[in-house]
Amino acid sequence: MTEHIDLEQSLQMYQQMAKIRAFEEKVNELYKSAKMPGLAHLYSGEEAVAVGVCEALDRDDYITSTHRGHGHCLAKGARVDRMFAELLGKEAGYCRGKGGSMHIADPDSGNLGANAIVGGSMGIATGAAMSAKMRRSGQVAVCFFGDGALGQGLFYEVANMAALWKLPVIYVCENNLYGEYTHHTETAAGEFIARAQTFGMRAEIVDGQDVHAVFMAMQKLVERARRGEGPAFLQCDTYRYYGHHVGDINRAYYRAKEEEREWMTNRDPLKILSTRLIAQKLTDASVLERIEADVNAEVEAGVAFALDAPFPDAREVDEDVYA
Amino acid sequence: MSDREITFAEAIREALAEEMRRDARVFIFGEDVAEAGTPFKVLSGLVEEFGTARVIDTPISEPGFSGIGVGAAMTGMRPVVDLMFGDFLTLAMDQIANQAAKVHYMSGGKLNVPMVFRTTMGATRRSAAQHSQSLHAWVSHIPGLKVAIPSTPYDAKGLLKTAIRDNNPVVFFEDKMMFKMKGVVPTDDYTIPFGVADVKRAGSDITLVATSSMVQVALGAAEMLAQIGIGAEVIDPRTTLPLDKKTCIESAKKTSRAIVIDEGYEQYGVTAEIASVIAEGAFYYLDAPVKRMGALNVPVPFSPTLEDVTVPTEQTVFEMARMLCGKS
Ligand SMILES: Cc1ncc(C[n+]2csc(CCOP(=O)(O)OP(=O)(O)O)c2C)c(N)n1
Ligand SMILES: [Mg+2]
Repeated sequence: MTEHIDLEQSLQMYQQMAKIRAFEEKVNELYKSAKMPGLAHLYSGEEAVAVGVCEALDRDDYITSTHRGHGHCLAKGARVDRMFAELLGKEAGYCRGKGGSMHIADPDSGNLGANAIVGGSMGIATGAAMSAKMRRSGQVAVCFFGDGALGQGLFYEVANMAALWKLPVIYVCENNLYGEYTHHTETAAGEFIARAQTFGMRAEIVDGQDVHAVFMAMQKLVERARRGEGPAFLQCDTYRYYGHHVGDINRAYYRAKEEEREWMTNRDPLKILSTRLIAQKLTDASVLERIEADVNAEVEAGVAFALDAPFPDAREVDEDVYA
Repeated sequence: MSDREITFAEAIREALAEEMRRDARVFIFGEDVAEAGTPFKVLSGLVEEFGTARVIDTPISEPGFSGIGVGAAMTGMRPVVDLMFGDFLTLAMDQIANQAAKVHYMSGGKLNVPMVFRTTMGATRRSAAQHSQSLHAWVSHIPGLKVAIPSTPYDAKGLLKTAIRDNNPVVFFEDKMMFKMKGVVPTDDYTIPFGVADVKRAGSDITLVATSSMVQVALGAAEMLAQIGIGAEVIDPRTTLPLDKKTCIESAKKTSRAIVIDEGYEQYGVTAEIASVIAEGAFYYLDAPVKRMGALNVPVPFSPTLEDVTVPTEQTVFEMARMLCGKS
């Protein structure tokens, strides 16, 4: 399954996933030590989705992200230090402290913004794809959203238009089994991919814990989209390790501890990749440990920068309302 | 009649439970309302008593379940729709403003829509621009709707019961920051009529008309004003639609000065409506222009240093009142 992926690229993906993992662990610490205003929705456990998808994109391709968006932003090329600064509401953050955890936007890396309205970016991503097509830029747009977002009617409107007009957009459905505190079997009738297939759209299901699998599926869909063959839907089966948000600690009433343990021990995206690379004798543990040490250092430096950084001046409050 | 202190959230829960016991047509639905009891835990325990047939979890489909609520209400049920954040009103707005609000009128009075949309409002939770708005002015603009906006546990319980028993669509706003606030609430059944303001504090020098979250702010400011010899009267309209114009006007006539304080955006907001009511009704009695204090006209920012300057505070209300009263 890894025949087309060279070692360098695999290690790059490992590094990105490790960075997201370390970043989110730090976010949780910041929350628990009351250093971060508000809440955050952690991406831990789902790293292979963002990394596999973004690895198949160019820097100027677009993404739209969600409330659980830190992984998407980092995978698309955002810097750790400015991400932390935004999460802490600092001037040096990507949005000058105006957006926070749920609204990180970084146009320089093609990130059109995270969204706190579930499904809220489906129109934006589809519109970016339409613009790319009109401008003949060759760019594609990726719309990340969760299983829960399939409840939003907007999806069915924009997917229909994307299919009709063969827009270069890929809808990446991160199926982590739950929307907040409810399992998707209680909120979604029928198959997810059937929703896309009904518009004649190419739709696939992939193991979202296997970064190689996500990457390879995505590569094909991106090539199709660039060739003008239209939109696609990629369902990535995955799992969030923490609660819906950092404050969601007691989860037993909606999901079992055994289920969490099973995913963390047997389905962990970092372990799956490292085990494979070592088993194939492509690398050894020391190389991966070096990578982890490097990203940990980057995260430590990033958070130190953000903690020291100044808050925006209150007078900035009415700047940026209009362009 | 026995009184005890309960929280705002408990008052809401009690009102719902009592109305569901009283009337089998009442049911609740929305996202994570059952086992989770909403993200704010306001509904905890209801599903245990009433079961999942009457406390129903929905998909994340605000326009869909709002519309289903309208249809159910038109045909014999009395739904309470839960819209987790007031910001999501925008998604359901067609169902609320074009359907629920207009059915009775368009049908020449033949069809009724007895339902409640429960939702939230209020900033300063560090939730940023899409989870912090107070959009009660949007629905207060629409004929056919009623809008309740309680400021205490007592008012919350009485108004919610009235809302559920009303034969019209009611949008009910709960301030997220107030869920843990405690207050005295009787155990006996009681309702509070819509369109009747409550004088939260009597005074003779200046009128502070305040809604929801801003009532506590106004009361705090009134306390500070008392220290410098200014008697502030705090009026809480409790419903913006219908609005108790008379009480606002009479108070302003008595005090000759008024400030209207509300957490919605200031531009074209609730403060504008109430200020114009006072300016018109008490014109010959006023010694100063009626002042408005609403949320700053910006999307609510995330950073604490920015967010904190977007809403009126005890201090800013105190200063405005002192200035109007000519004391420095
Ligand atoms: C329109 C809208 N409705 C409700 C919410 C509240 N909410 C935030 S996240 C969430 C669950 C989303 O589930 P899913 O799409 O599966 O994403 P996940 O959190 O699992 O990554 C809900 C209901 C919201 N933000 N926006
Ligand atoms: Mg989900």
